[in-house]
Amino acid sequence: MNSATLPAANRTESPLASAFRQALPIILGYVPVGFAYGVLAQKSGLSGINTVLMSVLVFAGSAQLIAVGLFAAAASPLTIVATTFIVNLRHLLMSAALAPYLRKWSKPQLALFSYEMTDETFALHAGRFAKGETAPLETFGINVIAQSAWVGGTVLGLAASTLITDVKPIGLDYALPAMFIALLLGQLKSRLHLLVAVTAGALSTVLMLAGLSQSHVLAATILAATLGLGAHAWTKRRSS
Amino acid sequence: MDQETIFLTILGMMAVTYIPRALPVLALARRTLPEPVIRWLGFIPVAVLAAMLLPSLVAPEKALDFSFRNIFLWAAVPTFLVCWKTRSFVGAVVTGMGCVALGRLFLT
Repeated sequence: MNSATLPAANRTESPLASAFRQALPIILGYVPVGFAYGVLAQKSGLSGINTVLMSVLVFAGSAQLIAVGLFAAAASPLTIVATTFIVNLRHLLMSAALAPYLRKWSKPQLALFSYEMTDETFALHAGRFAKGETAPLETFGINVIAQSAWVGGTVLGLAASTLITDVKPIGLDYALPAMFIALLLGQLKSRLHLLVAVTAGALSTVLMLAGLSQSHVLAATILAATLGLGAHAWTKRRSS
Repeated sequence: MDQETIFLTILGMMAVTYIPRALPVLALARRTLPEPVIRWLGFIPVAVLAAMLLPSLVAPEKALDFSFRNIFLWAAVPTFLVCWKTRSFVGAVVTGMGCVALGRLFLT
C-alpha cells in the first residue's frame, strides 16, 4: 500500500478507488487461484455454468478446490457438503472476531457482508476495522471487487482450460502466502500477539503433519488464542 | 454425476459455507461481550493467519522441508523484509512472487 508515501492523496481518494487499492493484493491472488479452480473444475466434469455458479454462490477458495477434487473422485454429495462445512468452519471465528466492530450496521448489511467473508477479505477487514475504518461503501467495495476477481479468474480458467494448465513458472501461486505474510505482520501488535502467532503456526503444522487434513487451522487457532488469553491473565496477575 | 445433482450439491455447499460466516456477526454485533471474550477474539486474526500460513511455508508438500529446494520457505524471508521495511502490501506480494519465479527458474 502506498499510504505511507502518499498521505495527502489518501484523503481525497474516493471510497471505491481506495477499495480497489486495498483489494489489489487479493485480486493478484484470486485471479490465478480462481483460474486454477476453473481449469480443474472443467477437468472434473463440472459444466461451465456449474463451475461459475460455485464461484458466485459458495465463494470459498480452498473449499472449492477440494470440492472439485472430490467431484473428480466421484465422492457422494453428502461427503462434499460435509467436507465443505469442516473446511469453512474457521469462518465462524473470523465472523465472531469482526462482530464487535460492526455494531452500527443493519442486519441486512451484516447478512450481505458475511456472504463475502473469506480468509483474505477477513484479514484485510480485521486490519481496517481495528483502525476504525468501517465505512460500508468502502467495505462492500473491497468485497465485491474481491469476488469479481475470483469469478473473473474462474471464467478465464474455464476459457483457457484446454490451453494452459500451469501458473507456476511466474510464481502466481505465491500471491496468497505473500499476502498472508504482509497481513500477519500488520497484526503483530504486541509480544503476546507474536506468541499467539508462533504457537498457532507451529500447532497447525504439527496437527497437519499428524494427519488432521481439514481441521488443523481451526484447532490450532482456538488453542493458540486461548493460550494468549491465559498468558495475558498470568502476566496481569504477576504485575499487579 | 449429472449436472443437476452437481448443482444441488453446490447449493448445499453454499448453505454450510454461509451459515458459519453469518451467524456470529448477526448474533454478536449488537451485544456487549465480556472483556475476556473480546480479548480472546482479538487474538483470532493473528492466530488464524499464522495457522494458515506456516504449514504452507515449512511443509508445502505436506512434509517438513527446510532444504534449499523449498522455495516457498526462503521466498518468505525477502517478502517479510520488504513488507517490514516499506510497509507496502503490493511490494511484498510482488517480491514474493518474483522470488518464487526466479527460484523455480534456477532450481528446476
